[in-house]
Amino acid sequence: MTARDQHKWSPVLRPIVRQMMSKLYLTAGALLIASAAIIATAAEIPLDQRTSAYPGMSRETRAMQDDDTANPATLWVLDGETLWGTKAGAVNKACADCHAEGSMKGVAARYPALRGGKVFDLEQRINLCHTGQQKAAAPFPFESRELLALTAFIGRQSRGEPIAIDETKLEPAIEMGRKIFFERQGQLSLACAQCHNDNWDRQLAGSPVGQAHPTGYPIYRLEWQSLGSLQRRLRNCMVGMRAEPYALGSPEFVALEAFLMYRARKMKIETPAVRP
Amino acid sequence: MARPLINVPRKAKRGEVIEIKTLISHIMETGFRTNQMGALVPRDIITLFTCEYDGEEIFRAELHQAVSANPFITFFTTATNSGTMTFKWTGDNNFAVTETASITVE
Repeated sequence: MTARDQHKWSPVLRPIVRQMMSKLYLTAGALLIASAAIIATAAEIPLDQRTSAYPGMSRETRAMQDDDTANPATLWVLDGETLWGTKAGAVNKACADCHAEGSMKGVAARYPALRGGKVFDLEQRINLCHTGQQKAAAPFPFESRELLALTAFIGRQSRGEPIAIDETKLEPAIEMGRKIFFERQGQLSLACAQCHNDNWDRQLAGSPVGQAHPTGYPIYRLEWQSLGSLQRRLRNCMVGMRAEPYALGSPEFVALEAFLMYRARKMKIETPAVRP
Repeated sequence: MARPLINVPRKAKRGEVIEIKTLISHIMETGFRTNQMGALVPRDIITLFTCEYDGEEIFRAELHQAVSANPFITFFTTATNSGTMTFKWTGDNNFAVTETASITVE
């Protein structure tokens, strides 16, 4: 209420009006808090109702994922296998020279992970080894054939393993990711949770919305006609929300990855999955 | 990095109908798209795929711009003799990949 409004009332009425208005503000405030609480607690999907997008896909797409020789992502897995055994960097060592065969089993199910006080996702961890141990001149760029191939090759070895990131150590990252997940953003003022928690069983422009569990990354997306990382997928969603996407490899994206992996805890890895 | 993936049964009975699956890494750039500067991205596709079974051509496919990236081609044939199958992909920019698979027919 502005001073200009107030001066219209007689001095007798002024206190009464003021009281009425303050009551109105209180009610409005309470309503705001209540609606904020609804958004903040927008129910997480009960653990036993969580599902991968896989069962909802068409028969053909499922068949593509089931058969490794029909799954185009296998092309990247094979490239990754080659890279794994290829000497690289200033020290001229291959991944296989340090890491024993089979030592990568279950690794993808535990990322993002903490290392030296910093949270790394699997792609960043590969690059840490590439520049740190192999002493390569430059890290693999995000979404490069090499990085996707190595991630797919490592991820493939965790197929069927339950997701189990270190919830205690990663708590700050998970909380940051949770905040982003529930935060309205972009020109459409949408939060991730509004689609993927509240309306996951409905359709958006003819396609199922889905619960957004990162069980199959990197995925071969038919729409992309290529393999892509979880961050590429997140970028995709943010552009759709008309929000400005975070940079690939930014702490925000890694935090969101950490939260999504926590949200999908104990679900089984399908890497490399095929998605429409 | 254009390693093709081929799935041919190792063993088959004579006269049995077998399924052959092939997958190859290729961008299949249509030649219709423009880049960020508005310039046309030149066409780069696989134009021909053939399969020879014991020197005899049993399958041939001409590919055009509407085929997606990483073409997956699958077809059926009758197992006649033990021998090798030769798969060939040829296309723009002198793209040529040959891969073989052997089959034992009992």
